[in-house]
Amino acid sequence: MDENASARLTRRALTVAHRVGLFLAMLVICLPGIWIVLSSLRPTVEIMAKPPVWIPQQLSVEAYIAMFSGIGKGGIPVLDYFRNSLIISVTSTVIAVAIGMAGGYAFARYRFRGKSGMFLGLMLTRTVPGIALSLPLFFLYVRLGIIDTHIGMILAYVALNVPFTIWLIDGFFRQVPKDLAEAAQIDGCTRWQAFWQVEFPLARPGIASAAIFAFLTCWNEFALASQLTRSVNSKTLPVGLLDYTAEFTIDWRGMCALAVVMIIPALTLTYIVQKHLVDGLTSGAVKG
Amino acid sequence: MKGFKPSAPFLLLLPAIVVLAAVVVLPLILSLYSSFTPFRLTRPETFFVFVGFRNYLSILSNADFWWAFGRTVLLLTIALNLEMLLGLGLAMLVEKATRGQRILRTLMMFPMMFSPILVGFQFKFMFNDNIGLVNNALQSLGITEDAIPWLIEGHLAFIAIAIAEIWSSTSIFAILILAGLLAMPKEPIEAARVDGCTPWQTFRYVTWPFVMPFAYIAMTIRSLDVARAYDIVKIMTDGGPAGRTELLWTLVGRTAYSDARMGLANAMAYFSILLSIAFTVYFYNKLAAARAQIGAEW
Repeated sequence: MDENASARLTRRALTVAHRVGLFLAMLVICLPGIWIVLSSLRPTVEIMAKPPVWIPQQLSVEAYIAMFSGIGKGGIPVLDYFRNSLIISVTSTVIAVAIGMAGGYAFARYRFRGKSGMFLGLMLTRTVPGIALSLPLFFLYVRLGIIDTHIGMILAYVALNVPFTIWLIDGFFRQVPKDLAEAAQIDGCTRWQAFWQVEFPLARPGIASAAIFAFLTCWNEFALASQLTRSVNSKTLPVGLLDYTAEFTIDWRGMCALAVVMIIPALTLTYIVQKHLVDGLTSGAVKG
Repeated sequence: MKGFKPSAPFLLLLPAIVVLAAVVVLPLILSLYSSFTPFRLTRPETFFVFVGFRNYLSILSNADFWWAFGRTVLLLTIALNLEMLLGLGLAMLVEKATRGQRILRTLMMFPMMFSPILVGFQFKFMFNDNIGLVNNALQSLGITEDAIPWLIEGHLAFIAIAIAEIWSSTSIFAILILAGLLAMPKEPIEAARVDGCTPWQTFRYVTWPFVMPFAYIAMTIRSLDVARAYDIVKIMTDGGPAGRTELLWTLVGRTAYSDARMGLANAMAYFSILLSIAFTVYFYNKLAAARAQIGAEW
């Protein structure tokens, strides 16, 4: 038996197996999303058809038109939900990143007593399940009269995001060499100036991705929002999705269309930051 | 207070501490207090009645609660382990790819962008016994004649939920493990190969120890919000059929808002908080240990 030939054969078999495995894995990852996009474009009759219609016979954007044409025609006030989601997410992201920058800088640049305990403590506040936190918050918000308002949601989401933005931003500041800021200070900068003119610009891409991560957390959050919002005053898109489910029937097509509307901003933003995100999370892993 | 000068890190951390104290810690103290009262939303005066440990005692003797608790731990154990394994597999597949790695990485992140509520919805759609993709495919391929009642039968519903959960979170593991694989120096692997290690030995004793901290970062991040399974279950089955997929979190929500028994729900919530904290602290310690090990070896 020719050893070369058999080695070549195994190698080729391995390559093929690798390709097939990769293809199957990607298929499983992408299929649910593709299916939702496809279903949002098909008429309800086709979705419900038995036996199933695999090849779409007709595609239309009716579901989207109906959705955005307001109450009465499309059924749910998507534009209001969209606006609420946007206001709440953006405001709480800005605040959370500002707080996170201060905190992250403290962890990356200073040594102080109880530092690692403090870090863990901050993380632990994030572990409180949304539904568990919603009970006392619901009660407090009713008392304070900020239930079903933007302020209430923003406050809750800032607290939700601060621990994680601190983790990420801490990672990015650690990647900026300490010497740079020290050199700037020797050259006559104050620490404040050194931060804004040297360290901040270098860490900026990382901070931007922390911001996007915080934004996505707000954009996608459901457990708190479902209890702390009541009406179009503050309902966000994830809560709005439930409007499509009645007791026994579900408007699958409308729900798919809303799902696509929710996912597009998330998709775009994640694509922009994907590289920095991983860097920030792992920067502490190897260097300590 | 004259002469007291707070240190810089304290000042920098102050805003974070204030916000978290106001929105997380203070409410939790309130909920701890109310877990010792028979508080009902419909009867505010019950907020000031103190009943000691009665809520906790009634939970401890409540079979439904223990089923939900066990089910939650089971789901987390299955999901976290499979996510870790699948994520490792996926990361290695992508790392081996010679072309198009960038686009593969982007595709791999795809499930991460889906809000859990969307994940729940899309799997509810796909596992629908009548019009779902899964049953349609099985029937068209002739594997089964009858529609499989995915979300209607207890065990199948649990499996469906686990699949949704795994689909949505495997990519966190895959991405971070891939980052570890890419950051790894190539020399130790070559040295191991020269020394005659089999591929398995190379993986087990060279690659894995290096990648481990990255896997634990993923674990820590995951355990920070394990409770997002609530969203998925809420929309897929809402704890049904007949409470067969009830998790700790859906039980808390139902007791608090449907039955309006806040005091009891808060007591239950404390169990769920302790569970989350236990998971996080466990993995955080593992992470610290793995970091120390890497630091010593490389």
